[in-house]
Amino acid sequence: MRLMSLFFWALALGILAWSWKGADIRPMALIADSGNMASFAKDFFPPDFTDWRTYVAEMIVTVQVAIWGTVLAVICAIPFGLLCSSNIAPPWIHQPVRRLMDAARAINEMVFAMLFIVAVGLGPFAGVLALWVHTTGILAKLFSEAVESIDPRPVEGIRATGANLLEEIVYGVIPQVIPLWVSYALYRFESNVRSASVVGMVGAGGIGVILYEVIRSFEYAQTAAVMLIIVLVVSGIDLISARIRKVLI
Amino acid sequence: MHAISVSNLSKTFGKRRALDEVSLSIASGEMVALIGASGSGKSTLLRHLSGFVAADKGEVRIFGEPIQANGRIARNVRAVRSQIGFIFQQFNLVGRLTLLTNVLTGQLHRIPTHRSLLKLFSREERAIGLKALAEVGIDDYAFQRASTLSGGQQQRAAIARALVQGAKVVLADEPIASLDPESSRKVMEILARVNRDHGCAVLVSLHQVDIAMKYCKRVVAMQHGRVVFDGPVDQLSETFLQELYGSELCAAQPCLPPTLPASELYPVAA
Repeated sequence: MRLMSLFFWALALGILAWSWKGADIRPMALIADSGNMASFAKDFFPPDFTDWRTYVAEMIVTVQVAIWGTVLAVICAIPFGLLCSSNIAPPWIHQPVRRLMDAARAINEMVFAMLFIVAVGLGPFAGVLALWVHTTGILAKLFSEAVESIDPRPVEGIRATGANLLEEIVYGVIPQVIPLWVSYALYRFESNVRSASVVGMVGAGGIGVILYEVIRSFEYAQTAAVMLIIVLVVSGIDLISARIRKVLI
Repeated sequence: MHAISVSNLSKTFGKRRALDEVSLSIASGEMVALIGASGSGKSTLLRHLSGFVAADKGEVRIFGEPIQANGRIARNVRAVRSQIGFIFQQFNLVGRLTLLTNVLTGQLHRIPTHRSLLKLFSREERAIGLKALAEVGIDDYAFQRASTLSGGQQQRAAIARALVQGAKVVLADEPIASLDPESSRKVMEILARVNRDHGCAVLVSLHQVDIAMKYCKRVVAMQHGRVVFDGPVDQLSETFLQELYGSELCAAQPCLPPTLPASELYPVAA
């Protein structure tokens, strides 16, 4: 027993040591270059809000991208989530659908955004498509986990009336999972506002485009302004959706 | 034609014989009690009658229409099932839906799917639901969530759902095992009325022999998956009952309802 735990500690330390070089860890650089860091940090202050109208307009676009990306994903995640559930769909359906959703989830929104830019051109729509695909993968998994943990008895009660499978789902399954589904969808909306500000950096519209430009042109005072706006909006949305969740559940 | 006819129904779960060559006929309008110790196969039999579980062999017919035969559930099982009202021990209502919506689900089998999926019930359909709730005496709670009501009220709603369904056969699986004595009495009275006024054939599994004797003229007793008695209630003898329940039977009735093991409620083929 002791030997086993010793072995695992050794293994964990071994992995950390092995990754040290590849990740280029140089703690001394933090101290040696601390002067640089300090003057770098100084460049951020005071934040430069001269172009705040553009920032706010682009931040709104970012939120709009997140809204559409999430709504389309929720619409798709309902059928896909049900098809992923082992208590609804037989193995020959739920296994392949789960793998498909794994794929949608495994690939980051940024990668999808770059691919969709090729397909539909630069701009927010590419961002919407990227969020849509990735979020569908995530929500389908979360939705199906909720479906798999329902109480089977009410569903059987509906089945006993001679109802068909879709009616069993609408009357027996969905009322049981709806609070969880709403909560997951709101949570994904919050994360999608964050993601939408990043997919912009590869050209998919919104505040990310501006963020990328000001960083590349070393305008750190403006960068600070943009970051502050992102922080404000994201925390604002977190607060609002927490409220909504409380009301709905 | 019989409301329910079962011939040579057998089912094995793993190595345990849950049903052993069960044959049984119930005429329409009859009210029959199904008694036996827990694990004797009462629930399993009822679940086979509504086609929730496929037997290994044998046949079940409802008004002459097969619901399952030789291990196969009938293709039109949902249509046949719509003639059967099923009352569960745990009521099996959907807690977050209102009592009325729960009761209205009894009509799903005759409402076009495009309308039922949007939960669009017509005024007449709602009226049928409210009337059924009034008949079982809980129309005051029609717009409350089912989960806010007591067990007895939920069970009465479940019976109202069977009424709305227009069922001509009612299968009740330990309908009063989770209820207090007063709620139990009300539920049994309503089941008796469903049998008398609506002409439904009622097959009710019960643990309390005294209640079976009070409400049913005919009793079917099961032991180890076999039907060991099928006849008028007055032919049941004390010695037979003691043997039927073995050590489980308290000397004097009524017995405390035992809690059914989950394996009997939801048998899973091993």
